[in-house]
Amino acid sequence: MSAASTPSPVDGATTPTPLLLEARGVVKHFPIRTSNGKKIVQAVDGISLQVRAGETLGLVGESGCGKSTLGRCLVRLIDVTEGQVIFDGTDITTMSRRELRSRRTGFQMIFQDPYASLNPRRRALATVEEPMRTHDMGTEQEIRDRAMHLLEIVGFDPSYADRYPHEFSGGQRQRLGIARALAVTPRLLIADEPVSALDVSIQAQVLNLLADLQRDQALTYVFIAHDLAVVHHIADRIGVMYLGELVEVGDSSPVYNHPAHPYTEALLSSIPVIDDEVEKRDRIVLQGDLPSPIDKPPGCAFAPRCRYSQAICISDKPVLQLIGDGREVACHFPLVAAATTTLAV
Amino acid sequence: MSESTAAQPLLDVRDLRVSFRTRSGTVDAVDGISFTVGRGEVLGIVGESGSGKSVSMLSVLGLIDNPNCVVEGEVIFQGEDLLKLDDKELRRIRGKEIAMVFQDPMTALTPVYTAGWHISEQIRAHEKVSKKAAHARAVQLLDAVGIPNATDRVNSYPHEFSGGMRQRVVIAMALSCNPSLLIADEPTTALDVTIQAQILELLRDLQSEFGSSIVLITHDMGVVSQMSDRVLVMYGGRLAEAGPRRALMRDPLHPYTWGLMGSIPPTDGTRVERLAAIPGAPINPSDPDRDRCLFSSRCGFASDACRPQPGLVEHVHGHLDACVLPYDQRPALRLEALTTVTTESGASA
Repeated sequence: MSAASTPSPVDGATTPTPLLLEARGVVKHFPIRTSNGKKIVQAVDGISLQVRAGETLGLVGESGCGKSTLGRCLVRLIDVTEGQVIFDGTDITTMSRRELRSRRTGFQMIFQDPYASLNPRRRALATVEEPMRTHDMGTEQEIRDRAMHLLEIVGFDPSYADRYPHEFSGGQRQRLGIARALAVTPRLLIADEPVSALDVSIQAQVLNLLADLQRDQALTYVFIAHDLAVVHHIADRIGVMYLGELVEVGDSSPVYNHPAHPYTEALLSSIPVIDDEVEKRDRIVLQGDLPSPIDKPPGCAFAPRCRYSQAICISDKPVLQLIGDGREVACHFPLVAAATTTLAV
Repeated sequence: MSESTAAQPLLDVRDLRVSFRTRSGTVDAVDGISFTVGRGEVLGIVGESGSGKSVSMLSVLGLIDNPNCVVEGEVIFQGEDLLKLDDKELRRIRGKEIAMVFQDPMTALTPVYTAGWHISEQIRAHEKVSKKAAHARAVQLLDAVGIPNATDRVNSYPHEFSGGMRQRVVIAMALSCNPSLLIADEPTTALDVTIQAQILELLRDLQSEFGSSIVLITHDMGVVSQMSDRVLVMYGGRLAEAGPRRALMRDPLHPYTWGLMGSIPPTDGTRVERLAAIPGAPINPSDPDRDRCLFSSRCGFASDACRPQPGLVEHVHGHLDACVLPYDQRPALRLEALTTVTTESGASA
C-alpha cells in the first residue's frame, strides 16, 4: 500500500520499516462442477497488500469472503491461480517445493480449530520438536531444550510436556499450536481465526499471549478474523474483505472509528456493544446474505446490500483508491469525504 | 426478584439441580439455581462452556433423555410443575407453550423435508387444522420472519437456505403455535455478525409483536446487553450474579462478571495493550471440591472466606450476587482487577 509513504497517524513513525510480505494481484479460483456445467468459484479475486516487519495486519470479513483462502495463499499452503506472494524479497509462488520447504521456517500458520490441527497421538513436547527436526535445527538436546523453553513461553508448566492433545483444553491446545508455530523461529505468523473457537475468557488470554510474543520476539502477524472488535484490538492495520476482494485498507483506528466503506460501516454497526444506556441505537442491519462467489455481480460486489448504492455501483466496479489518510477504499462514494482527507494530510 | 409487573411469573424455577452419574462419581451440571421469567420479559443467561446454561434450560423442557441424569427442584410454568409431568403431558406444552431455538440451524431441521413441512407438522401436532390451512400459516410465518418470496420458499429444503435463512425457518417453526415462552440457545453463535444483527433484530421485533417471553442463552455479553431486560451470569452450574440489565452492565458486582467484560476488546474505539483476561480455564464440572466459591480458583481476590460457597445476596433492588467481597468496595476492587491484569504479563497454564 502506498500508505507506507504517509506518516501513520497511529505511531507517527517516519522511517518506514522494511516490507516483509507483499501480495501482488493474488487470485485464487476453484473450478467446480454444478448441474449447469463447470463453474469457477472466485474465492480470492486480485488482492494486493503489504505487510511491514513488526506490524500486525488484520484481515476481516464474513464467512465466504475468502480471507482464509487468502491466508493459505500467503504461506502457499495452496497455490495461487495468478499473482505473486513476495516474502522477504523472494517470490514464493514460483519456488520449487524443495526451495519452499527451506523458506517455510520464515513463515508459519496458526489454525482456527485447535482440535483438528494437532496430531492426537503426539505428546506436547514432540509436537513442538517436530518442526525443528524437519528443518534440522540443532542436536537432539538443543531441540529438546528449545521445545521446553517454548512450552514455558506460551505458559505451560514443564509437567505438561508429556501430555497428549486430548488432555488439554481448547485454549491450551491453541497455545500448543502457537508454540509449534514458533519452533522454527519464524518472522511472520499467519493466524487464521485463532480465537474464534475459544471461550471468551480464554480468547482474551490467547490475544494477550500473541501481543506479548510480538513484543518480545519482534514477530509480524497477519491476523484473520471475522470479529472486527478483535481485529481492531490486535492489528495495526486492517484490511476489510468482501467477496474475495479488499474493500478498505488502512490504519486500525481510522478504519474502526471512521469507516470509509459502507460495508465496514455495516460490519461495525453489527457488533453487539455492551452498553447500559442505549435502548435502541440507529443500527445498520444489512439485508440479505453474501452473494455467491460463483457469479459475481459486474459492478461493486457490495452494491446489492448497500444502502448508499446508486446506478454507477451496479454497472461499474470501483477500484481501491487512496483517500488521503493512508487509507484505500474501493467505493464510488466513500463515507470519509475529501475534506477529512485534506485535514489528515 | 422478578421485575415483571405481573404478580405471577410465567416461569418460576426453584432450586433446580441437574446431575449426571458418571463412572467417576456424580457431576452437578446445574447446582441449585432459582430464577423467574416474567411475562413478556427477555431474560439473558450468560456463561462460558460448562457453566450449565444450556443444560438448565434443556432440563426445564425435559429434553435430557440420558438415563444417568437426575433432575431435581421445581419448574413452575403457568402454575404447573413441569418436572412432575409425564412425557405425554410435556409434549402438550413443548412446542406449543414453550418453544426452543437451537444454536445450529442445520441440525435442528430434517434435511429431507421442506421448510413448509417442518412448520405445518408442528402446527398440526398441536392444533386440529387441515394440511392446507397449516401450509398457509407456514407461508405467513416465513413471511413474518423475513424470508423473501415465502410462497415459493416454503417448498425449499433446508440445504437450499443460507445459515441465517435457516435460523429464520427455525424461528418461524418455534413461533408457529404462538408460544408464551421462547428459549433461544445461542441462536446467533453459528452466524456471521451481519446476519447475527439481522436475527437479533428479528427476535426483538417478534417479541414486541407477539409479546412472548424469551430466555436467551449466550456467551456474548454484547448480545445479552442488547437484548435482555434481566441477566443471569452463570459459573460452574451456579448463579454468580443476577440483576436488571442496566444495573448489571453498569455496576457488575461479581469478579467473574468483571472478567467476562474485561475479556472482550473494547468496542468504543479505544485500544488497550492487554485485555483483562481471567487466568486459568473454566471450572470442570466434575471437580469434586465444590463447597466453595467455584470461581475462587481463578479469582484475584480469593481468600479463606470463599469457603464455604457464599450464598446469593441481594444488594440493590433485584441485583444479587454470590461473593464475599464487601459490597461498598466493589467499584474500587473492579478497577484494581482491571489494572493488575493489564500490567501482569505471561499467561498462566
